[in-house]
Amino acid sequence: MSRALQILSPGLLTTIQDMGRPGYQRLGIPVSGALDPVSFTAANLLVGNPPGTAALEIAYQGPTIRIAAESVRMAYAGGGATIEALHAESGAAERIPVLQSRRLVKGQSLRIGALSGSTVGYLAIEGGFDVPPFLSSLSTYTRGGFGGWRGRALAAGDALLLQRSSVDEHDESMLPPLDLKLPRRFRVVLGPQDDHFTERGVRTFLESEYTVTPASDRMGMRLEGPQLEHADGYNIVSDGIAPGSIQVPGNGLPIILLADRQTTGGYPKLATVISTDLAALGRLAPGARLAFEAVGIEQAEDLRIAFAAELASLADKIRPAGRVAAFDETKLMSANLVSGVVHACEPEQRSQAI
Amino acid sequence: MPTASHVRLLTSGDTALVVEFGTGVDRHVSALVLALADRIDAVGIEGILETVPTFRSLMVHYDPLRLRQAQLKERLRDLLQDLHPSETAGRLWRIPACYDPSLGPDLEEVARRTDLTPTEVVSLHSSETYHVYMLGFLPGFPYMGDLPAQLVLPRREDPRIKVPPGSLAIAMRMAAIYPLESPGGWHLLGRTPVPIWDLRRNPPALLMPGDKVKFDPIPLDEYDALVAHAQAGTLRTEPEPASAAGAAR
Repeated sequence: MSRALQILSPGLLTTIQDMGRPGYQRLGIPVSGALDPVSFTAANLLVGNPPGTAALEIAYQGPTIRIAAESVRMAYAGGGATIEALHAESGAAERIPVLQSRRLVKGQSLRIGALSGSTVGYLAIEGGFDVPPFLSSLSTYTRGGFGGWRGRALAAGDALLLQRSSVDEHDESMLPPLDLKLPRRFRVVLGPQDDHFTERGVRTFLESEYTVTPASDRMGMRLEGPQLEHADGYNIVSDGIAPGSIQVPGNGLPIILLADRQTTGGYPKLATVISTDLAALGRLAPGARLAFEAVGIEQAEDLRIAFAAELASLADKIRPAGRVAAFDETKLMSANLVSGVVHACEPEQRSQAI
Repeated sequence: MPTASHVRLLTSGDTALVVEFGTGVDRHVSALVLALADRIDAVGIEGILETVPTFRSLMVHYDPLRLRQAQLKERLRDLLQDLHPSETAGRLWRIPACYDPSLGPDLEEVARRTDLTPTEVVSLHSSETYHVYMLGFLPGFPYMGDLPAQLVLPRREDPRIKVPPGSLAIAMRMAAIYPLESPGGWHLLGRTPVPIWDLRRNPPALLMPGDKVKFDPIPLDEYDALVAHAQAGTLRTEPEPASAAGAAR
């Protein structure tokens, strides 16, 4: 019995990601993992997966996927997107709300359109993928060509094996729109090399607005804006890099290091984005503007503890969505097919202007 | 000479702390960094996720939900008491190295710029027992030192877009082996048939921080034969016992 997802079109950059591959950084192996752990967690909750189960991370433009298994249950969370189930024979499209699980059967396809309000979204599959883990993780690291699906982004013609060939029919789950708004200012803890910058350099960083450039990717977010003045050259003897490290090379423009960051680096690091704000950072698209605010380490830790509690409470917000099958007769008869779509992108668009 | 009492603990956000032993590249500093990493591994502090040794500091990644940075600092200050370098001896690897001009495109130029003959460059490069300070830049990329002073050159002005895996490279006081094909600005002296990065292996990186490496020159025909073995997965490279490496350190 077949138990696969067939990739008809891959989208712009669709990769398998989980919570990353910690533990091997001393070998120069990056951690990787989901850029937006909040949406990633939500998608998994909706299909009843243990948190951290590998899902598809979709960037900018979604894939079209045909169901080759008997049945699958899927849910999408993240940037606002038009999601449609395509009928096996007729190809007729039915809109599927985001943040709602849905059972699809063999021959049907799922099409995810362009993302808005966030660069990424996650498609979780009940039971997950039957893909061999690499160093205990399914996260894809495309630069090194390892992890996930053959160490690369999905391509048309790929057939991803699933753990399950069919899933039970039962009530579907839904979540209210996630609070994906961006912080007014991204919070940072200064250091470890803030002493490699002039007082004016540090002040410029904290008082200016920066723009995300298109040269950003899963490894790092390059910012455009006022240059930051180094105190004593811009080369240091390489040391470790933390998630959210803000390194400043010779051109004085900050680079925030994200999931696929290198493990070590030789540029001074002025500050580090607090772990609570990393998920929001991962959603920022080129052109977005952002500013920074310094907080103390204890405040950063308190915020993280509160954030973890909030993330854990997502599970309590799951509500039954009834028994919904794609192309349900009664649903097709209703004239209200499209207006039932939840516009999860709305709060993000509002917060896009800082 | 730096000691554990010169150590600075630098905040790197709410998930990492830098234990900085110095600001330069120094074998004694490196030995202290590695000694602290060993101590942390041995003690097993709840909440520490992993440590990353670098030339001059140890980065400690931790889970802020299980450990506050103030507590972590306290624990680390305890572990830094009476910290002595070289608590463990690294492994010694003898790595076959082919310096044929077809594999070492910069050998001639390095010889010219250092006022040496290519033979002298090869002899110097293969005479040193290198210390693996750290892995970084690429998965499995070893920063090894120290290069004999006569071979010290700045990086190339025109970095290459593609450096083949296995390339033996030098720049400044460092020697390295490229684990994967990647862009690179170091001078290429030759190539090793030993895959220092192999996805079929667990862990895939051959070298670890603290290991010792010595290059054994081989002719081109032997290189080709070993490459064939490596591709078939039948090339076994084993380190010599730690005691031999201890003597080299």
